Amino acid sequence: MRRATPLLVGAALLLLLPLAAIEPRAWLTLTVAGLAMGMLIFLVAAGLTLIFGLMDVLNFAHGALFSWGAYAGFTVAVAVDGRWGWAASPSVWANAGLLLLAVAAAVAVAFALGVVLERVIVRPVYGQHLFQILITLGATIVLEELIRVAWGPNDQVMPVPATFQGSWDVADVVVLRFPAIAIGLGLLVYGGMQWLLTRTRVGLIVRAGVENNEMVQVMGHDIHRYFTGVFAAGSGLAGLGGLMWGMFSQSVRPSMGGEQLIFAFIVVIIGGLGSVTGSLVGALLVGLAYNYVAFLVPKAAIGVTMGIMVLVLLARPTGLYGAGK
Amino acid sequence: MDVLELEGVHTDIGQHHILQGVSLRVRPDAVTVLLGRNGAGKTTTMRTVMGVLPPSRGTVRFEGRPIHGLPPHAIARLGIGYVPEGQGIFAALTVEENLRVAMRAENAESRERMRRVLTLFPDLERFRPARAGTLSGGQKQMLAIGRALVNPTRLLLIDEPSKGLAPIVVEHLVGALEAMKRETTVVLVEQNFAMASRLGDDCYVMDDGRTVYAGSMAALAADRDLKRRYLGI
Repeated sequence: MRRATPLLVGAALLLLLPLAAIEPRAWLTLTVAGLAMGMLIFLVAAGLTLIFGLMDVLNFAHGALFSWGAYAGFTVAVAVDGRWGWAASPSVWANAGLLLLAVAAAVAVAFALGVVLERVIVRPVYGQHLFQILITLGATIVLEELIRVAWGPNDQVMPVPATFQGSWDVADVVVLRFPAIAIGLGLLVYGGMQWLLTRTRVGLIVRAGVENNEMVQVMGHDIHRYFTGVFAAGSGLAGLGGLMWGMFSQSVRPSMGGEQLIFAFIVVIIGGLGSVTGSLVGALLVGLAYNYVAFLVPKAAIGVTMGIMVLVLLARPTGLYGAGK
Repeated sequence: MDVLELEGVHTDIGQHHILQGVSLRVRPDAVTVLLGRNGAGKTTTMRTVMGVLPPSRGTVRFEGRPIHGLPPHAIARLGIGYVPEGQGIFAALTVEENLRVAMRAENAESRERMRRVLTLFPDLERFRPARAGTLSGGQKQMLAIGRALVNPTRLLLIDEPSKGLAPIVVEHLVGALEAMKRETTVVLVEQNFAMASRLGDDCYVMDDGRTVYAGSMAALAADRDLKRRYLGI
């Protein structure tokens, strides 16, 4: 609770301060967009923070998994839309079906790629940060080029189901539909992760491993099984983030993951390495600040996220929720 | 049969050749104490047995079976408990969670063992829902030992349990270790000679990565000359 109070004050300030400069309706739209962007970054950062916290692995290939998830979902969405016309269909069920199939494809492909990456390229470099950076950057290049080979180098239009396009008019306020859904999904994922981490035995062992993975091993737990599981689950989340981002921006392109990865790393550092809640708070902070500043001073938008990171690190070198190792 | 047997064990950490031929035998139901100066290789010996630092040469046998080369979790599952120096507790987890994560499986038997641990260490029962990071040094040590006891343990390795603890807390700890001694075989690394000689049956002295003396604890404690030569006391 002691930690929650300054956080709530900070959140209120962050949300209300821009109201001084932005007229209320534009502010509300920006806030929804900022929360949605934050939630999508959270999907990417959540996996990254657990992988770093538990396995001490700097995974720069996380962004490539984001792109692969987006393209896998894109392929399924195009195929389903082409065959049955589910994207343009007025039926909510057909629309939702398309979204679910695309989500399933994105998560499955990124999850499977995650298993392969962990087993083949990450496992030999445990404990060696420099090699991890080099080899996961290498993997990123390979994976991104493979996207160009398979899908071509240009931007492509992501089919977005009709139900989720446009906006709802709630009491004269425009609420964009897809961002609203992204926010809901983000909360759902956060809730699911919290449940898994705090209520299940697997989560207990993972949390212990984040603190001290050697101790978990000498207690008789095969940490490598948990490593693979967390890496693959984190990859699946990155894939989910990629697909949602593709639908949010209504397009996919091979380099999309790399751009998001920068945000995700900033968020992981702001939130504290290994903390899922920290990632959520950091992601929302970055998403909101980015949108407000992009509206007021467009050129300063990227800079403000870096600025937040610097401020947080000055005040709390381990990040908002980081325990520090 | 000896519970644990090391024969000509060599272990490297990076470029450094830390263990240079450690041989020792641990009798069942006895407390074997490892003594020696800082940097003699006592902790490395324990980490080698646990498989955290696999030996480059030599054999480690547990109940006659070679275990060097097995991963740490497999070694632990044979029934070897390990309480590392500095306790290795999970500060962000609660006391109860620390005990639960130590269980190899959560079942009626392990929960019964946890109840026994909580009766053995009433402080742990009292602070059960508290974060382990908030415990005092002595309580953390109780927790670290308690964690090793929630599984059936045939051999317990304890590394410097008295380090950094107040004398009155050490006294309490000796009581707990004496109770434990009746249940399992113990290998104890300890710098506190008074404590080591009260608990120990057998003893080995290590120096520069080798075992240089083996004998009964009582014999070493009684022999001033030996003590001065090997331990500088």
